[in-house]
Amino acid sequence: MDIQLLGITVLWVFLYGYLITASIDFGAGFFAYYGELTGRDHIINKIISRYLSPVWEVTNVFFVFFFVGLVGFFPDTAYYYGTALLVPGSIAIILLAIRGSFYAFGNYGAKKSRVYTFLYGVTGLLIPASLSTALTLSEGGFIEEVNGEVKFLAGELFSSFYSWSVVLLAIVSVLFISAAFLTYYASRANDEPALELLRKYALFWSAPTILSSVLVFVALQQHNPVHFERTLDYAWFFIASLFCFLIATYLIFYRKRYGMAFIFVMLQFFFAFFGYGISHLPWILYDHITIYSGYTNETTGVYLVLAFIAGLCLLVPSLVLLMRLFLFDAEYVKGNKS
Amino acid sequence: MELDSAMLSRLLTSLTLGFHIIFATLGVGVPLLISLAEWIGIKRNDPYYTLLARRWARGFVVTVAVGVVTGTAIGLQLSLLWPNFMQLAGQVISLPLFLETFAFFFEAIFLGIYLYTWDRFKKPIYHWLISIPVVIGSTLSAVFISTVNAFMNSPQGFDMVDGVLTNIQPLAAMFNPATPTKVGHVVMSAYLTSAIVLAAITAFHMLKGKRSTYYRKALKLTMTAGFIFAIGTAVIGDFSGKYLAEYQPSKLAAAEWHFETSENADLVVGGFLDHDTNEVKYGLVLPNFLSILAHGNPNAEVMGLDQVPEDEIPPLYIHYLFDGMVGIGMFLAALTFFYVIALRLKRFNPENKWFLRLIVLAGPLSVLAIEFGWIFSEVGRQPWILWDILRTGHAATSAAGVGWMFVLFLLLYVVLGTLCVTVLRKMFKTNPVENELEEIARTK
Repeated sequence: MDIQLLGITVLWVFLYGYLITASIDFGAGFFAYYGELTGRDHIINKIISRYLSPVWEVTNVFFVFFFVGLVGFFPDTAYYYGTALLVPGSIAIILLAIRGSFYAFGNYGAKKSRVYTFLYGVTGLLIPASLSTALTLSEGGFIEEVNGEVKFLAGELFSSFYSWSVVLLAIVSVLFISAAFLTYYASRANDEPALELLRKYALFWSAPTILSSVLVFVALQQHNPVHFERTLDYAWFFIASLFCFLIATYLIFYRKRYGMAFIFVMLQFFFAFFGYGISHLPWILYDHITIYSGYTNETTGVYLVLAFIAGLCLLVPSLVLLMRLFLFDAEYVKGNKS
Repeated sequence: MELDSAMLSRLLTSLTLGFHIIFATLGVGVPLLISLAEWIGIKRNDPYYTLLARRWARGFVVTVAVGVVTGTAIGLQLSLLWPNFMQLAGQVISLPLFLETFAFFFEAIFLGIYLYTWDRFKKPIYHWLISIPVVIGSTLSAVFISTVNAFMNSPQGFDMVDGVLTNIQPLAAMFNPATPTKVGHVVMSAYLTSAIVLAAITAFHMLKGKRSTYYRKALKLTMTAGFIFAIGTAVIGDFSGKYLAEYQPSKLAAAEWHFETSENADLVVGGFLDHDTNEVKYGLVLPNFLSILAHGNPNAEVMGLDQVPEDEIPPLYIHYLFDGMVGIGMFLAALTFFYVIALRLKRFNPENKWFLRLIVLAGPLSVLAIEFGWIFSEVGRQPWILWDILRTGHAATSAAGVGWMFVLFLLLYVVLGTLCVTVLRKMFKTNPVENELEEIARTK
């Protein structure tokens, strides 16, 4: 495996980490708001806040890690994406800022406020929608380089069927991943009413994830046939993904082993995400940057990999500790420990 | 001033940094003070200090959230507003940027654990141990990110041949000549500012007539720590002057309005500049002091602006920023010094009204000094984004819409700033320390 491939794999793993942790967070925000609207907030909000309070910053760091690493390994991405994404990127930052700080204001502050919950819920859907456009851009056709100046074709993006299919998939996936996880968390807490409600949400959003994935494939075939052809070479990734989805849904439907069910949800997205990633290679930005053309110099690359390994040795045990304290400690999950 | 894309990008970057730096500074310093308070509380078995740590931590969660989201903003804005800079410099200096993320990651994990495990361990010392990775992580974040700024002031670790970078050495780039003073100054002044801000909040309450032991202990801890950090900041500040004289003499000359290269150079404090004759009026002249500041020798020669090409002279208003920063620093050192002496001698009561008022004033002033320092450092580097290599004007984005983004971010920061203050005030008002003290008294 060459170092470029290693670099993009590392980054992709972190983006996958963000996909899972952030989906739980984003979806939870939406469910909390929906719960408040329908007068069911007392059932689920305790569960949600007990999980989110200690971990939301960690979620955020996955994202920071990804983009800092991307620019580090592939500085050309700063040039192309940086120029093209000024407006959409800024809007995503503002949404993330509103979400993060309002979560803190609402949860750690003195009083809950409806406005905070509303913003927290709405940004939970808008952020994945806006972040997913970065992946859409990578398919090419939305960024143009004329006389050395990078231009972002916003009109193309907004009128693209592919772009909207990705947005739909992003939102639906967020809700499914989140509901599946919270179902498990509620079952750990022995919180029957919350479990019932969240299980219903999980089942409700299960089929739409598959339907919208199919839609994305159809749209991709029109938008970037080259990439579509390559996904067929890696078809087994997507078949494995579907298989995991079926097992997860089966378990949730028959009220069995919610923890295992969530692991299968994670695997479902793991296979789909990596299948997408592998078939996308070598392009980082279709027609402009590949992992070879955009790569930094060898020395920096080696240092970054070394830094990454050293960092991982520090992070993995810390993350395990965090999870043991807040995810796998049944007493904490039940709310018996402060 | 022309509002082209480069100027707008600079304005938006300074807006984000100017807002972020307040929370980043507190984010580096406050964990240290929380950890210190908890440790004293455990060692002396003194519930007041433990309560201090708890209450500071509660407030800290809110400021750290704003710090995290604005830090994410500046991280992305580097690529969004300065794509050419990141494409070039990213090849050399991405290592500390990457390491900073790790430090931040580490800090975020343990901060989450620290905040939610106050009563989960059998021995309180275990909980205190968790504060250590938080302190290390936050300080290391500051260290790594400061090396990137140091690199912009003193780039090395590569050769530039026809606009292409070769012979790249990331470690040499990270440990450049500006790194020791820059890192030391940033970290120490963050500790100082955090101590002073916490002291100011305490003094504010004491002025309102709350004089219980809790407040007096809080003041003692913050002011004593502040004294140590003030001395540290002053010493490193002196080294920073000597660094500038050697590596960025034009920045120093502009800051000191030193126009002609000369020996026995005088230091001018304040004053007004006559732009036609380059004469300084009404300034306080300290003979030979600039030579001492620059080289530690009253006879040494100090380079003046006469040696600098016209289009490489930074804006001369940085003189005031420099003087403001140093002036506030000296005020903080004097204030904390008097407090410590008064405490020792017991002849003078440092909790009298006027002294407390000065401490309250010191809070916003210390934050102002941080702002002055950063604006001085950044504007003083102009016209370069990468000293002597890449001009700021050539590094900015070519995309349209920066102006609108400025408006949006300005709105965002106004809302975040206002809400942050409101939420913090409400939080401590609805749960005053007196209630918690009563509870401690009851359980005793």
